Amino acid sequence: MSAPTLTRTRKPGVKSIDGTRASLAWLTVPALVFFVAFAIIPLGGVIVLSFMHWDGIGEISWAGFTNWASVLSDPLTGGSLWTTVKVILISCAIQIPISLLLGVFTAGFQRYRAVLSVLFFVPILLSSAAVALTFTALLDPNFGLSGAIPIEALKQDWLGNPDLALAVVVFVLSWQHIPFHVLVYQGGVRQIPQSLYEAASIDGANVVQQFFTITVPQLKYTFITSTTLMVVGTLTYFDLIFVLTGGGPGHATTVLPLFMYLEGFRANDMGGASVLGVILAVFGLGLALLIQRLGGKNRQASQLEGA
Amino acid sequence: MFSVLSPQRNRRRLAALTVAAALGITIAGCGSGGPSQTSGATATMWSLTSGDQPVIKDAVAQWNEKNPDRKITVEFFASDAYKAKIRTAVGAGQAPTLIFNWTGGVLQSYVDNKAVEDLSDLVKEKPDVADRYLPSVLQNGVIDGKTYALPMNKVNPATMYFNKDLLDKAGIEPPKTWDDIMAAVPKLKAIGVAPFALGGQTKWPELIWLEFLVDREGGSGVWERIQKGEPDAWSDPAVLDALKKIQQLVDAGGFQDSFASTASNSGSELALLYTGKAAMCLQLSSQFQAIKQGSPDFIANDKLGYAPFPTIDGGKGDPSYTVGSPANFFSVSSTASEAQKKTAKDFLASGLFNDSYTEGIIKTGAVPPLKGVDSKLGTAPDSEFLKYTYDQAANASTFQFSWDQAVDPSLADTLLTHLSQVFLKQETPEQFVDAMNAASKK
Repeated sequence: MSAPTLTRTRKPGVKSIDGTRASLAWLTVPALVFFVAFAIIPLGGVIVLSFMHWDGIGEISWAGFTNWASVLSDPLTGGSLWTTVKVILISCAIQIPISLLLGVFTAGFQRYRAVLSVLFFVPILLSSAAVALTFTALLDPNFGLSGAIPIEALKQDWLGNPDLALAVVVFVLSWQHIPFHVLVYQGGVRQIPQSLYEAASIDGANVVQQFFTITVPQLKYTFITSTTLMVVGTLTYFDLIFVLTGGGPGHATTVLPLFMYLEGFRANDMGGASVLGVILAVFGLGLALLIQRLGGKNRQASQLEGA
Repeated sequence: MFSVLSPQRNRRRLAALTVAAALGITIAGCGSGGPSQTSGATATMWSLTSGDQPVIKDAVAQWNEKNPDRKITVEFFASDAYKAKIRTAVGAGQAPTLIFNWTGGVLQSYVDNKAVEDLSDLVKEKPDVADRYLPSVLQNGVIDGKTYALPMNKVNPATMYFNKDLLDKAGIEPPKTWDDIMAAVPKLKAIGVAPFALGGQTKWPELIWLEFLVDREGGSGVWERIQKGEPDAWSDPAVLDALKKIQQLVDAGGFQDSFASTASNSGSELALLYTGKAAMCLQLSSQFQAIKQGSPDFIANDKLGYAPFPTIDGGKGDPSYTVGSPANFFSVSSTASEAQKKTAKDFLASGLFNDSYTEGIIKTGAVPPLKGVDSKLGTAPDSEFLKYTYDQAANASTFQFSWDQAVDPSLADTLLTHLSQVFLKQETPEQFVDAMNAASKK
């Protein structure tokens, strides 16, 4: 889904000594074959299937636009898209600041920071299904956290109240995915030349000033990369929500990919699921493009002038 | 084996692979492909990782020892993953020879697409095979008068469990009618316990309530009309009445607080019962083993009571009606070779429910779906409960298969979701009925 970067790499052909350009074109073949086989062909298949009736076992028959009509007129399609947007917005609002701050913190080379960054990294090593099951147990109103710690605020209907359930989903997703983005930001911070900070210190800038005038602007591309992964990643979250809430209560946490799964593999309507798949792909591509655009047109410009 | 595939099947296989790849459902869909396509008479079998797993493993091992030239290879899967995987495999013509299934809507779709063998000949040639089963259970594998699946494990009717100590403390008897239930609720709340434990997060335990209430109220005709797809069949007064009773019970505080956050599969629903936080629980009889595992003392000290679901005064239903899972079944794939099919059918006839198999099932604390098996239950641990379970199944006027499994798969999720909304009072009974009528039309 982060395909758009491919179109950006076209450059004037480099002339080899004997003046032919063709020889270099072969270098793209492995990547192209891989991309066509695992992205373009399945995507084409899904588009074709979105015009077919298929229950997963029987005959595949032509459906025309009936799948599209029924999916687009299903209030759940819009509902799950809106839930997806909510999850994206809230989880970005939580994940970006925390990842940035932790990334800056762990970029230091002190020993205790190294120890802490190893600890921060643990959640991403765990499987989503295991994380979801663990949180289900922790949130159990009788035998979970509220049973162990006598704090009244912990005794909530975490997964039965629609608003709380969505908050729980976002929290668990963030808990699991922040470590990855911390790592991305940590790498970004470590690439900022020390000389910038030295110059700023000499000019009398304090740590907070340095953070906002050097660190944050220098992390612009790291920010774009991390946010793209965050947003597009949200469109693929399925396993964790499936195990944690199953999309419930009602449809309060049914995000688009989960809805697609239920439609395809629970309701056995592959045509409808394919329509949702196409919508998901278009939506994801659109978002990825949008974020790339937000980065500004002059993307090749150096951030390190004068450094 | 690949060479004889029709172009049509190839197209389906391509479509199946495409969907699995594109939707990215690698965990469930196409993780490790189909069963290895072995040549000759070696049959393949897919089954579930449940309590019966060791029994099936032993049966297959015994079979392989006796039949070295036509062995069976077996693989076990977790339930949810299996549901998606088997469908992809059947759709792609890659099904195992012996297909574990739940009958109901899924078996119907296999039959519609000629994916499974008609076993009627086997049943005719070897009458003792069909004759060993309880007819109400065997019936589930029959579609349009032809047998497509044979039971392979245990009967699993739902029952009302209760904590004897808590009922004594509240000074009440196990409820026999709906009015008893409503009268018991305030008394149990007065001693500070939840009247009923409910795994609302798992959703299907809620369905057991609806199934019983609809039948007790309106008799089995109500569900028959719904299942036939008669228009507006959900509008039956019995359905509305059952839903109203459910909300009445919710309003009275009949279920534990935050029941929608309690999951059955984590065991916390039953834990409420044996830790003395809830007095009763409506669950499948297979959950007896989970209670025993969770608290052996609770069983050993005779604290666990059980009884059939209460009746409704003036209701039309037969009180012997029960609901749950009559058994799980094996079907034979029609894409297997003739030799493989023969191996599979012979295994169904002689490998299942021979003496050691039946004993093995009983030893896991379950009741095989066999006629007269109650005489073999006497020496088993918990034989009293096993005999009770046998009676529930054998004497049932109707042993209804869980609705979510019996209906077309596309309806099951809708049904469970809307019902959970009714329990949470986010939907009225009328809204439920309208939503289900609309969904059934599709």
